[in-house]
Amino acid sequence: MTTYGMVIDVSRCTGCYNCFLACRDEHVGNDQRPIAASQPESGHKWIDVLEHERGKLPRVRVDHVPLPCQQCKDASCVSRAPDGAVYRREDGIVIIDPEKAKGHPQIVASCPYRVIHWNAAEQVAQKCTFCAHLLDQGWKEPRCVEACPTEALVFGDLDDPTSRISQLLKSKATEELHPEFGLAPSVRYVRLPKRFVSGEIALADRMSEPAAGVRVTLHDGTKAHDGATDLYGDFAFDELDAGASYRLRIAAPGYRPREIDIGARKDVDLGTIVLEPVSAGTP
Amino acid sequence: MPTQSFTSCTNCGPITVDVKDGKVVRVRPLVIEDGDLKPWTIRAGGKSYSPPKKVTLAPYVHAERNRLYSDDRIRYPMKRVDFDPNGERNPQNRGKSGYVRISWEEALDIVAGEIKRVQGAYGRSALAAMTSSHHNWGLVGYKMSAFSRFFNFLGYTQVFDNPDSWEGWHWGATHSYGFLWRLGMPEPYDMLEDALQHAEMIVFWSNDPDTTRAVYDGSDAAIWRQWLKDKGVAMAFIDPFYNHTAAAMKGKWLAPRPGTDAAVALAIAYVWIGEGTYDKQYIADRTIGFDEFRDYVMGVKDGVPKTPAWAEAESAVPARKITALAREWASKRTVLSAGCRGGEGGACRAAYATEWARLMVLLQAMQGLGNPGISIWGTSMGAPWNSKVWFPGYGDLEGRIATSTKVARRIPENKVPQKLYRLSLPDAILDPPVHWKGVGFCNKNFEQQFIPFTYPMEGCSEVRMFYRYGGSFMSTMNDTSKWVRMYQSPKLEFVVNQDCWWSTETAHADIILPACTSLERDDIGEFGEPGGQTKGGSSGCNYRVVVRLKKAIEPLWESKSDYRIFTDLAEKLGFKEDYTEGNSDLDWARKFFEISDLPKYISWEEFDRKGYYVINVPDDYQSTPALRWFAQGRPCDTPDPNNFKRGTAKANELGTESGKIEFASESLRRLAPQDEERPVSPRYIPSWEGHRSEMAKIYPLQLMSPHPRFSFHTHYDGHTAWLNEVPAHRVVKDGHAWWPARLHPEDATARDIRTGDIVRLYNERASVLCIAQVTERVRPGVVHSYASAGKYDPLQPGNPRSPDRAGCVAMLTSGRQLSQNAAGMASNSCLIDVEKWVG
Repeated sequence: MTTYGMVIDVSRCTGCYNCFLACRDEHVGNDQRPIAASQPESGHKWIDVLEHERGKLPRVRVDHVPLPCQQCKDASCVSRAPDGAVYRREDGIVIIDPEKAKGHPQIVASCPYRVIHWNAAEQVAQKCTFCAHLLDQGWKEPRCVEACPTEALVFGDLDDPTSRISQLLKSKATEELHPEFGLAPSVRYVRLPKRFVSGEIALADRMSEPAAGVRVTLHDGTKAHDGATDLYGDFAFDELDAGASYRLRIAAPGYRPREIDIGARKDVDLGTIVLEPVSAGTP
Repeated sequence: MPTQSFTSCTNCGPITVDVKDGKVVRVRPLVIEDGDLKPWTIRAGGKSYSPPKKVTLAPYVHAERNRLYSDDRIRYPMKRVDFDPNGERNPQNRGKSGYVRISWEEALDIVAGEIKRVQGAYGRSALAAMTSSHHNWGLVGYKMSAFSRFFNFLGYTQVFDNPDSWEGWHWGATHSYGFLWRLGMPEPYDMLEDALQHAEMIVFWSNDPDTTRAVYDGSDAAIWRQWLKDKGVAMAFIDPFYNHTAAAMKGKWLAPRPGTDAAVALAIAYVWIGEGTYDKQYIADRTIGFDEFRDYVMGVKDGVPKTPAWAEAESAVPARKITALAREWASKRTVLSAGCRGGEGGACRAAYATEWARLMVLLQAMQGLGNPGISIWGTSMGAPWNSKVWFPGYGDLEGRIATSTKVARRIPENKVPQKLYRLSLPDAILDPPVHWKGVGFCNKNFEQQFIPFTYPMEGCSEVRMFYRYGGSFMSTMNDTSKWVRMYQSPKLEFVVNQDCWWSTETAHADIILPACTSLERDDIGEFGEPGGQTKGGSSGCNYRVVVRLKKAIEPLWESKSDYRIFTDLAEKLGFKEDYTEGNSDLDWARKFFEISDLPKYISWEEFDRKGYYVINVPDDYQSTPALRWFAQGRPCDTPDPNNFKRGTAKANELGTESGKIEFASESLRRLAPQDEERPVSPRYIPSWEGHRSEMAKIYPLQLMSPHPRFSFHTHYDGHTAWLNEVPAHRVVKDGHAWWPARLHPEDATARDIRTGDIVRLYNERASVLCIAQVTERVRPGVVHSYASAGKYDPLQPGNPRSPDRAGCVAMLTSGRQLSQNAAGMASNSCLIDVEKWVG
């Protein structure tokens, strides 16, 4: 058996859009029935690239999360479509039948990942097909993967333990995008952006000197994450749980300690925290 | 009909073009047979690094099909409706009036007739002709080839190009370390291996290689940087914009005000001198003039030590960050990645950019430039590269039908001595005389930078006819509304534009000639290799691939290849046989193949059938890292053919006058000792249009406009609708695809501007409408908007004062040159303000 899947390494995606444009080239104006009608000239993003900008100057982070159809095993588009208009092939690829699905715009809304688009001219819902029409002709991978310069997109047979993708799944920590949807996607991600808390520490009496090696501790109620400022006086705590509350403790010998409460509903950059020397002024 | 596949090569990657029923249905990275690619291997840190067995493209090349069939193609020969060669010409209406389709016969008759009339009445110098950069690929069709052969036969006033992508390196760094033959950019050889094996840190300074992609090399180097990141090499980015390489690599970000980079560099030198963390032996053995430089840094004469605190006041980068960077840099084997190929970033295109570029060389000299892991390397060239197999690039004399004595029996010589300079061309037409110094690309000796020119030249005519090929300058040169004024001058009795697409300048011509793209003609060329001054450019690719550019489809509509257009005109003018020597474009392509080394490895028939030949790296490949020879005092062993000291008694020297790195420049001491704007030893000189300028009181924001990410110069933007849906490139609002301008939340809030608002960028020179993107990725006080919009779309066509809504932010920039003796452009020294546009 063959089950096609994709692993997307967000840390290798540079946001070059080669995938998006290669997809356009394959599908716009090219009818690939029975797999798909042609993609319209504009509006559809069968693979999108979502840009996440977080943090504050100079501790900005920008990540790009490529978003194709997740090719779910329990796809809601399949279960909610009438008369087998959307079906899952034996190789795991979910296909919207360009004929049977005509006139059913509700298919677009059936996907919580929002990767299905409405083709008004054809009156049909459309999405990424993993370029099944090419795989059926013997191609090894879809156009987006061929176009990716950094191997951020890896495609292959999940059932073949020797395939590159199977090896990757063994060697790297991967996760689903939105596991809460419970749809068992065949697309898995490496290093999806996680919450962080960052900032800089400076010393009031030595503002021109970097405050390297200052101890910072982040408490989340149950455990403490230990950290220290780097050569530049910056610190960061990564891979935090979303939604938790934190208390940041800063301790530098000779300086008054600081405690800062943080609600990590979003990523937090605390800016520059200036520590006052103990001797300066009254406590 | 089954699908047929054709090979071709673009200016950013080789492609396979699938054609069905006479129509292109697919454009993908060149399909190379398994077995033809032999990946090289670099061993470093116990791991082996080899590239994927494929070629990659720049993103826009994936949209080549969209561009090919664009509504923006020029379909037919056109004549301006109110232009009558035998009556009223109405030059004042250029840019305003519409066009009517005419036949090729009529178009060619008018153009050939005007060439004869103008040159007959005023002399040959009355004709000027000029190209734009790189709108196609291939040795036959390239601008320096078919175009130059035609105009050299005629004789014409040539327009010198300025080194527009790396000005500061050309006019500055050459005086510190030579490399005249590379126009100021360093040799790149084997720098990838060196970095993987030795580098512990990379400082990217005004450099975004993920965006500029070594210019022509697809996206091949993107994976190298992933390797370096995976290896844990520390990275820092100095740029007012948190650029795309920074986003991909993470790392430290220092965001100086534009134009203050030299102050930051001097403060780094101050830390190193103060803490003794520089290579004193190297300074003694390999450099001259350090004492003079050190005295300036320490403030011995001017009483101003160039401390990090001093630099903070100029640059707004906290002193503690400068100090931290200086310490980390000195404590690690550090690559200085200052510009894509040594150039290309914004800091080298700013007022006094010569000083910053020289300081980049000198900082690395202080750390031992050329020693393992200590280099100036853009991270985008310098893969293992087979230099033994010769194939010409368009930058080589042997790579052009205009100049190759090997492919052509007769080489035409342009007998017109008069010159123009691209940056002052509009001024030359509107308000002569104009004067400048330098031959444009000064690649032979330092004197070339100082040769004085005057237009009009004694004994020559002012230009009366302008033949424009391509047309991008509204968004790539400076203060460009004057190009509109120039076109409307009655002095230009006749203007032709020849191009594939309606570009920024096209609609200012009297006659428009439709050229076809390189997918519609035959040619030959090597992926990523310009040759000449950028010899080894294809070392930015993972494989050297020579490609047969095949005519995949017949020219669309009534377009013709540039070579064919020039052939037809030459026929009308009576020199067709001289121009073609009986060759078709395919015949010329085959001649280039035959003069190269390729016939030793593959027959023409086999090459033509497969469509490509891969020049793999040999098994016994020996690396020769750039400048290692210099650091070690050995003769140059790199395959740098244009190094004019190589193979001589001075082979262990750099191209400077002393042969060493010059903290105090001997060439400047000899040729311009009194120049306070490019002094013998580099200094920080506040910008003539920067945060301290009087103008900043009225226009407080600094505009930076680097090379774009999703267009090759102007050549994909505007004609490629798919790109309008890449939000980092353009954003469609109310049916119009707007060009983004990025500004910091502080500046946006102060102006009540939100992401998605249409805003007017303005100063005394122009107004440009953009779509706002409010972001922490630019520092306060800075607006980031790429140069090189592919369209010019004034609200009032023909009015040079009109706001443009296509994003030609170059209209806002000053026409002033870098400094009094450095005739480069300073696009990134530009003050503006921004307001919400209410129409």
